[in-house]
Parts: sequence; C-alpha cells; structure tokens
Amino acid sequence: MNHQLKLSVSPHIHSGRSTAGIMRDVLIALAPATIAGVVIFGWRALLVVAICVASSVGFEALYNLIVKREQTVGDLSAAVTGLLLALNLPANVPLWQCVVGSLFAIIVVKALFGGIGCNLVNPAITARVFMLIAFGSMATQAYPTIVDTVSGATPLAQIMQGSTPSLTDLLLGLHGGSIGETCSVALLLGGAYLLIRRVISWHLPVAFVGTTFLFSFFMGGMDAMYALSMVLSGGLLIAAFFMATDYVTSPATAWGKIIFGVGAGLITCMIRYFGIYPEGVSFAILLMNILTPYIDSWTKHKVFGRGGKRA
Amino acid sequence: MAFSLHGVHVPHRKHTQDLPAARMAPPSTVTIPMSMHIGAPARPVVKAGDLVKVGTLIAEAGGVVSSPIYASVSGKVTKLPNILLSNGTTVPAVVIESDGEMTPDETLTPPVVDSRDSFIEAVRASGVVGLGGAGFPTHVKLNVDPARIEYLIVNGTECEPYITSDTYTMNERREDMAYAIEALKAHLGIKNIIIGVESNKKKAIASMMQLMNETCKGCTVSVKVLPSIYPQGGEKVLIYHATGRVVPVGKLPIDVGCIVINCTTLAAIGTYLKTGMPLVEKCVTVDGGAIKNAQNVIVPIGTSISDLFEFCGGLTVEPAKVLYGGPMMGISIPDVSLPVMKNTNAVLALTKKEAALPKTTACIRCGSCTNTCPFGLAPAMFAKAYEKKDAVMLEELGINACMECGCCSYVCPANRPLVQTNKLAKILVREEKAKEDK
Repeated sequence: MNHQLKLSVSPHIHSGRSTAGIMRDVLIALAPATIAGVVIFGWRALLVVAICVASSVGFEALYNLIVKREQTVGDLSAAVTGLLLALNLPANVPLWQCVVGSLFAIIVVKALFGGIGCNLVNPAITARVFMLIAFGSMATQAYPTIVDTVSGATPLAQIMQGSTPSLTDLLLGLHGGSIGETCSVALLLGGAYLLIRRVISWHLPVAFVGTTFLFSFFMGGMDAMYALSMVLSGGLLIAAFFMATDYVTSPATAWGKIIFGVGAGLITCMIRYFGIYPEGVSFAILLMNILTPYIDSWTKHKVFGRGGKRA
Repeated sequence: MAFSLHGVHVPHRKHTQDLPAARMAPPSTVTIPMSMHIGAPARPVVKAGDLVKVGTLIAEAGGVVSSPIYASVSGKVTKLPNILLSNGTTVPAVVIESDGEMTPDETLTPPVVDSRDSFIEAVRASGVVGLGGAGFPTHVKLNVDPARIEYLIVNGTECEPYITSDTYTMNERREDMAYAIEALKAHLGIKNIIIGVESNKKKAIASMMQLMNETCKGCTVSVKVLPSIYPQGGEKVLIYHATGRVVPVGKLPIDVGCIVINCTTLAAIGTYLKTGMPLVEKCVTVDGGAIKNAQNVIVPIGTSISDLFEFCGGLTVEPAKVLYGGPMMGISIPDVSLPVMKNTNAVLALTKKEAALPKTTACIRCGSCTNTCPFGLAPAMFAKAYEKKDAVMLEELGINACMECGCCSYVCPANRPLVQTNKLAKILVREEKAKEDK
C-alpha cells in the first residue's frame, strides 16, 4: 500500500450539517408563507418574489466576480435574503424598488462588511427599513387585498383604530399586508419545521412573541383575544421565526436569545403604541442586531470547572 | 446532579460489538517503541542478539513518570532502530524476530503484594499505562494518599464510534477486573467504586452487574448506566455524571476525591496480579469501511498495522485515512508499518466516503459550537482570539479547559477547523507564558 494516506487533525467524521443545508431548510420553511402570499395577493406577489430572489443572488454573484472572491451563491444565503425581503414587501411595490432593495441588502449590508457571517445587521430587515424610509410611499400605501375583499387597511391599522379583525382572517391572512406576513398558519407551519429540524431553538421566537403578547395584554386591558390579534397581525410572526433568528445577527446562547427576544418584543410594542410608524418589528430587530455583540458577551456560558460549585 | 453536560449523538458503528475476538498468531517481527506512555521514554535493557520470551523485561522505566516494557513475543532481538511515531517524535524501538513459539518467560511469578507500597510497585512493574488512549502511567495516578480517594470510577463508557475493545474487556475479562478491584479495595482502602457504562452496551452492562454482585462484600461497587452521548467517556464528563463533582480547570480528578481508570487498564492490572504476566498484548478493534473482516483482534504489542490488516482479510479498497483510535479523537497516521502500542485500542481504515469532510466555509455565527461544547466553551471566539494572537483573551475564554473532544468541529455547518485552532491556541498561550516567565 504505497498511496498517500490523508493526515489531518481530529475529528475525522462530520455531522453533515452545512450552511447550504440550513439555508435550504429556511427556504423550505418559507415555502408555505410564499405560496399563501401568492394565493392571497396574486401573480404580482410572485413577480416580486422572483425579482427579489433573482436580483439578490445576481448581486452576490456579481460582487464575488468583481472582487475576485470565491463564489458563495451556492450557500443559498442570498436566496434566503431575497425571499425574506420580498415577503416583507407589499405586492404592489414598484419592481425597480425591489432591485434597489436587493442591492442594498446584498451589497451594502452584507458584502461590504465581508460577506456571509460578517454583517452586523440583518440584510433583509435593513433593506426593508431603507425602502420604507427612502421610498416613503411604501409606508402609507394601501396594501392590495385578495380578490373580492374590500378593506384596504392592514389589521394592525384597524386594531389601532379600534376595530378588531376576525381571528379566521388573521390566521388565514385574508387581509392587507406584506406578501409573506399575513398568513399566520403558513408562518407557524414554517416555524414548526425550523424547530423540528433544529435550525432554530424556541428561545428567541417564544421570548419575542411572548413579550409582545403580554405587553399588548396589559395595554389592551387584560384582553387575551386582543393580545392574540396583536400577535397575529403585522409582521411579528415572520419576524420572530425567520428574521430575528438569523444566526449572524442574533446571540448564540439560550439566554442571549431570550434577552434578544424580550428586547425586540418591547421595542416592537413601543413603536406600535407610541411611535409614528404602524409597525415596529423591523426597527426592533435592527436595534437588537446592534446590541447582539454586547448580549453575546453578557451571556457567555460559564466555563465548566471555573468558579462556583465545588471548586 | 442538576444537568447533563452537552455533547453530540455520533453514529455508533459498533459493528464488532457482538463478534468474538480473534487471537492473532505472532507476526514474524514486532517493533516495540520505547515511548508508549506519557513521560520519560523507557530505557532498553536488551541488545541485538539477545533472546527473549513473552514477558521478559526489555526496557526499564526511564523515570518516575514512565513505565517498563516487556517482550510481547518470544524470539531474538534483531535491532534497536529509531522510529518516527505518529506524533512526530523519533524514539528508539526494540525489534524482536519471533520464533513463533510464544514461550512465556518462566521467571514470571505473581507479585507479592501485602501493603500499599508493594501494590503501587506491582502496578508499576506491570507496565500498565492508561489504556483508554492517554497512556498515563497508572502507578503514578494511584500513588496518592489513599485517604484522598473517595471514588474510583471505572471507565467503561467507550463513547467513540467503532471501538469495542473495552466492551470486549467488560464482557470477557470480568474476573481480571474483579481481581484488580479486590486488590484496590484491600491495599488502597477504596470504599466507592463506580463502573460507568454507556446504555448502548447491554451485554457489558449485564456483565458489570454480575461483577457488582460477585464483589459486593461490603457493597462498594456500583454500576452507573449513562446515556450514549459523546463524549461520555471524557474524564471530567464521566466524573460529573457519575458523582456530580466538578473538576476545576487546571486541577486533577484527585482534587475532588476521584480517580478514573479505564476498564481495560483495570483488567491488565488484574492479570498481572493474578499471573505475573505484564502488559504484552492488546485487544484492538480493527474496523472501518476499508477492512474486509472487521473484528476485535488480540495481538502482541508491537505488531505492525499492516500485519493486523492482513489478519483481518486485508483491505477491500485503499483507505483514505488510517487512524489510531476512534474517529472523534483518534490520530491519523501516515504509514501502516507503525506498530500497535500499549494505548492502541483501535485501528480504523476509513474509506474515502467515511473520511469525507465538507468544505470549510465562513463562520455564520450559528452558535452550534458553544451550544454543543460539554464544558460551555466558545470555540468560535477562540478562533477569533487566535487570529489576533491574543493569548490573554484565549486564557480568559478558558482555552485550557478544552479537552479537544471534537464536538464543535463535528457539528460546525461551516466545518471550521475548530479543534485544530484550539490546539494551536493552547501552544500559543503556553509560549506566551514561557516568554513572560523569562
């Protein structure tokens, strides 16, 4: 036997988990919400999704080509960013704005900071906030609704104006809103998939949603149904399960995730109740993204055998 | 005990678990390195041309932390070359040409043990070192004030994939183990003996239960069945799960009243006390996809890996990697002419597919490494600190607590070389310390 034996440091086997595999799971988990969005908002929604995904992947590929970096589109993270951005946009958004938003997410937020793993804030969220501010029309524009339904206002706006949308409408998403945020059932399905596949842990979504529920419960005069409708409307579920849980920009440990979730929940509610914008999840996550390095350093695990216990 | 430590579910692949162990006929030559333990190399006491029998002393301990070495076959010493070991050191070795007879040395008699000191001396003379892989001389470990030993923990966890040589010991060498346990009780006054076995070894658990019942005069032995989660057999992990005690970073098990001994080590001590035959042979698990007949093989120490493979029907395909030990912590070796050593418990020939590792990509800060680390360390942070060559930060993060079990690398979706970085980081910290001391 004279051929070369491979030498390397242990371990010599691997679990088989990969970044691409994780991103594929996220795409699979977002499929129900995407399909629901297209059903509810029509072909225009599909067009927005296609353009956001294609331009996000395209910009990443192009950037890698220009700066002569190894191609990273295969890890599917750009596709996830594009899809998340699309699902957070209304179906009637001008298509050129989708392209600009994708450019902002991929190039400004991600690539210029060093690519995957190096961005400080969530690319899709930041691009959405950028679009909200840059293209003011987005914030106030009446969202398109499914054929035959009349109301133009989003449920969150309705609640804030004193009326309560029906629970069925909230669960099925038959109301105005961004493409992927309205159908709560689809989002919960996707969230469950991510939990089962252990792509995410329960800590962050539960803390985020739980805090929002409790805050709304007290603000709404101890009304559980009211609090539930606050949880099911706006972009809370898609944010809690898919956006806030982004590995790169959220804390690593269980306690860190809980702090992040509680913080994001509080900021969301502050903006919903006291801010000038109707919805606050994007800003909440963006602000907590910035705090993540600090949360990480506050919540490091205790080293086994150091201090405490029987020393 | 509040919580179990983290770990990973590795594939078990214990193919050889229920197969009988085969005894290999002596190979034509054996090459016995003088360094098969932690500590000073042994000093050869034979020269080329000397005739030796099985159990004849060929090298005496080279210091306090060292261990004597005995001939594993009968025959003639042909040369004393220097050989390159897998850890990169060059050490002297004794090559013995076997006469094929395996004649035992007739001067061997069971040692006279009547006190603590004579017991420790017997353990030293047995040539036994930590057979679980570490190779730390057992007599040094046992040579502490007996009053400090509250628990003796027998490590039968065998948590690495593939390996079943400890399982063989627990199944087939129960009497040797019991003999050693009686001696430990008699001469070191040990009151609590816990045998830790992973739950996936049903037969071994039954065997150890029987041992417990047989030796239960004064009820000092208990069997602890532990979940099959890697790295259950890590010394500090096992101590925590068996007793709830936490060994502080930088301290030894004895500092919390514990001593951990591998089950095969224990059996080897038992054999010596009973028969006077020192450690000259090992049961080695030969497995991996490239091996034709995977099985446990009992071989003279010094048998070359190529002879071992040949005995197992040879290789079906060219292996991509050959390992001493298991796939999580084993050492990949460059050359199959290397010998089976005292602390070799397995030799694996992995196929390209088995040894395939995914491409290394950028860290996505998923936190899997820190959430998997049994000791709560943050390997991704070590990597960052090591990149900056920040020895102070590395120490603060607890780099020296790392046991290099490999869980972090195993789960990393970006397949970052985390264990490798930790090893390098430890060296960096040591070097910086040395600079400061100057």
